[in-house]
Amino acid sequence: MTEKTFMAGFGGQGIISLGQLWVYSAMKEGLKVTFFPFYGAEKRGGIARASVIVSSDEIKSPLVTSADSVVVMNQDSVEIAEKVCKKGGTILVNSSLVKTDPARPDARIVHVPCNDIALKLGDVRIANMVMMGALSKVTGAVKLDTLESVLKSFFPSSKHALITLNIAAVEEGKKAVLG
Amino acid sequence: MAEEIRLMKGNEAIGEAAVRAGCRAYFGYPITPQNELTAYMAKHMLAKGRIFIQAESEIAAINMVYGASSTGARAMTSSSSPGVSLKQEGISYLCGADLPAVIVNVARAGPGLGGISPGQGDYFQATRGGGHGDYYTIVLAPKGVQEAADLTYEAFSISEKWRVPVLVLADGLIGQMMEGVVFPEPIDPATLPRKDWAVGHVTEMHRPYNHVTSLNLEPDGLEAANRIRFERYGHIKEELVRYEEIDVDDADIVFVAYGTSARVCHGALEMARAAGMKVGLFRPITLWPFPSARLAGLAERGKRFLCVEMSMGQMVEDVRLAVNGKVPVYFYGRCGGNIPSQEEVFAEVKRLMAL
Repeated sequence: MTEKTFMAGFGGQGIISLGQLWVYSAMKEGLKVTFFPFYGAEKRGGIARASVIVSSDEIKSPLVTSADSVVVMNQDSVEIAEKVCKKGGTILVNSSLVKTDPARPDARIVHVPCNDIALKLGDVRIANMVMMGALSKVTGAVKLDTLESVLKSFFPSSKHALITLNIAAVEEGKKAVLG
Repeated sequence: MAEEIRLMKGNEAIGEAAVRAGCRAYFGYPITPQNELTAYMAKHMLAKGRIFIQAESEIAAINMVYGASSTGARAMTSSSSPGVSLKQEGISYLCGADLPAVIVNVARAGPGLGGISPGQGDYFQATRGGGHGDYYTIVLAPKGVQEAADLTYEAFSISEKWRVPVLVLADGLIGQMMEGVVFPEPIDPATLPRKDWAVGHVTEMHRPYNHVTSLNLEPDGLEAANRIRFERYGHIKEELVRYEEIDVDDADIVFVAYGTSARVCHGALEMARAAGMKVGLFRPITLWPFPSARLAGLAERGKRFLCVEMSMGQMVEDVRLAVNGKVPVYFYGRCGGNIPSQEEVFAEVKRLMAL
């Protein structure tokens, strides 16, 4: 099994955290992982993108240029998703902010209202975690069953109170893509 | 005791490996894309009561390495391409004084200030010494986070064994990428043997003082020192050459690539094999000494080579020297901070297969 995911959004949406938590969880589940953020002048509102691969085998190129799945967190990222998604791949769209679907009739488009679900749970900042739940359910690549211990080492102890909320967001994301 | 697998950036993994290797002194100056390495050392060297100095410049940092190394301490600096250019004078001095040191270049795209995206355009500088005078440095090229940690850890002992600085040549992708990594056992620097060539400790060791310098105004003396050093280079070429081969035996075309490019080529190799093409990969791990003899052997067997680099073509010259006109050596490169995709490398090998 190899799942190559391209993640795109704007700075501040938690794209980097999403990618890191995805591979951290995958590693805990015994998979090989690579996470490569497109680094540069990072700033809130700027471009945030990452190549993320989880695999049961050794990972060759760490660059995702033909993605099995693409995460699109904002409208501006639709164009890159259209380019990077492989034929017949999956594009997960944050439908709270993305109002036009990627023009890829061959791809499976999955709508996840991440911001709306996150707001309902009480904090828009966990929209990325909603998306991670959806990505897990749709691809099956990472189960996220070790997420609680992953979050405990990922967050400093001052933020541990937020772990329950993050896990709830992941669960809601999974539910949002049922059926 | 087996260490736990950790998820780390390449830059941080290099830092942790250096700390574990018993690095006593780190001197650095910030530059993207290697900043996490300097930051990691600031935190962890000071926490262990070792020396960390953010120098006023790259030039100061490499000269601090010279000073620390003269005392026999394991010393290190790191930077990225423009910063490594600034260090070249100091590296030449280290070589002239036969001092060990570990220098990490998390390379970016050049020339000049260039860009901050990954590049492999520093190959010539790395493998031809880089500064003035007759010398080489040992150059190790990791392909990912685990190997970056392993080679950095080993770089200290290799450098001490040969009294030649070791350059770890990574690139921005390896520095910024996160992968799983397992570290070797930590070494307590206090347990490392004293160097009989180092300055200091004269009274307690009951020996005459040492003089560490690269200056030698007497031509015969300087020539002799250079000849002794080149004899050592000869032994290094015999003992240290390292490379990795994948599916080379039955291959018609063999990729030659190091670091990030080799990872991309491995992806292209899988695509080619799936399409029934006999393609292999030869990955030099030591860029100096270069695995010339092995490449020459493969050329004798009629393999053609496709050299893939994130540059306009630098290592390809060493491949051509190695095969000495016996077989075609092709080149495919991207630069400016672009990383070739496995799809475009596959397209190139497909085109060459049809020739």
